[in-house]
Amino acid sequence: MSDIVLSRPVPVTTEPPLARALLVGLAILFVAIFLFAPLATVFAEALAQGWRGMIAALSLPDAQAAIRMTLSIAVIAVPLNAVFGIAAAWAIAKFDFRGKAFLITLIDLPFSVSPVVAGLMLVLLFGANSSLGVWLMAHDIRIVFAFPGILLATLFVTFPFVARELIPVMIEQGRTEEEAALTLGASGWRTFFTVTLPNIRWALLYGVLLCNARAMGEFGAVAVVSGKIRGETATMPTMVEMFFNEYLSVAAFTLASVLAMLALLTLLLKSLLEWRHADLLAATCRH
Amino acid sequence: MNIELEELAKEFGTERALHPVSLFIPSGALISLLGPSGSGKTTLLRILAGLEFPTSGRVRFDGADATGLSVQDRRAGFVFQHYALFRHMTVFENVAYGLRARPRRERPTEAEIGRRVTRLLDLIQLPDIGARYPNQLSGGQRQRVALARALAIEPRMLLLDEPFGALDARVRKELRQGLREIHDNTGLTTVFVTHDQEEAMELADLVVVMSMGRIEQVGKPAEIRARPATEFVRTFTAV
Repeated sequence: MSDIVLSRPVPVTTEPPLARALLVGLAILFVAIFLFAPLATVFAEALAQGWRGMIAALSLPDAQAAIRMTLSIAVIAVPLNAVFGIAAAWAIAKFDFRGKAFLITLIDLPFSVSPVVAGLMLVLLFGANSSLGVWLMAHDIRIVFAFPGILLATLFVTFPFVARELIPVMIEQGRTEEEAALTLGASGWRTFFTVTLPNIRWALLYGVLLCNARAMGEFGAVAVVSGKIRGETATMPTMVEMFFNEYLSVAAFTLASVLAMLALLTLLLKSLLEWRHADLLAATCRH
Repeated sequence: MNIELEELAKEFGTERALHPVSLFIPSGALISLLGPSGSGKTTLLRILAGLEFPTSGRVRFDGADATGLSVQDRRAGFVFQHYALFRHMTVFENVAYGLRARPRRERPTEAEIGRRVTRLLDLIQLPDIGARYPNQLSGGQRQRVALARALAIEPRMLLLDEPFGALDARVRKELRQGLREIHDNTGLTTVFVTHDQEEAMELADLVVVMSMGRIEQVGKPAEIRARPATEFVRTFTAV
């Protein structure tokens, strides 16, 4: 019997060719149906009336206002949440204090709360029905149905991304490199900028990209809190919905494809950075 | 520099890591804190470095009170158990870190930093690894780089936490000899923590045997072998 085994070795590290072909085929089919086809449809619909239709849609004042709004929100919300996320992850990973578990739960809260509820929460807190809202109105400060409200909603919804990405990395890396820097005479800030930050930069990049994607794509919370006033408080996702409801499908899909392009751009940027720093990435990741 | 500990105690919450201990470490000595895990030896070392602060008691360096002195101001060369090299920096940058971290007035010029790092890499007998990253080094090489990095700040004392713990027997022997030589050449007061009695006995001038946060006995290796003060010391140092 051992002769048979020796003469016909059975490969143990790979599946038979048929199984492999089947699995690869299934994976490709899945990606094609669920990822590629929808994306292609968006672009195809946007180009239904050719480039002219697309350019005409993009020159609509409402569309331009929505693009401006979404970009300004992202430009403010993403850096803020990067800073908050780093601070939260730093506190959780590098220090021991009471209420740490509670803080971790709190960071996850925006993930477990429906975005619509988050938006509603802000409307109730700052809207005309609350005493805070009345006070704000009396002082002519507009939060709900205005830029600050949209910003707050976006900040709330995208808060966990950076912190979530950083906490496991920072916990895994421990505190000893920071302690080493301190014994070598470095101040706290110097330690942070020369040791902590470089060690988390890749996790930070992923967190920021995810945060950015969500900040630009958020619909529910923003829809509630913005009031979807065209040309004023409409963001790209809410404007896409309004165009679509008005049967302006070219305009809707054009705006949707711009949104998709922005997402693809961030992915491209990430790949580019990884490719350019491949050597360093290979040299500095653990073991 | 001599080090004097006076009734030093440390509590973590309700847990007593260190009962009041007193110890005098003469200038230029090579001493070992020997004990099983949980004996308080690492806590004691970290208090010396300024990474932990005692709940009560005093630390004196050359007679001057250093209890509240910040970790940066202690100038203690510390070698961590798993070396804690900066993984995103080359060996050169690791060793240069302490020099670059100095305030501008005291910072050596770039050329001077280069000279000093080269000299240190020669000292640890790894002259050609400046451009490599820590994860491209063997365990023994990392340990030596960690030592060079600690020496770069011209420390007032050298503190090592289980410096040979993660290495195989042959490398361990070699590095013990290396540490002995560096100690003898620099004359630095050196304290190392170990749970390996053979290592402590072979390398140290003075061995401090610890257990459960207390110092059981202080003495020369031969004394401890010949006259163990307590039952614990006798069994722990039995070969």
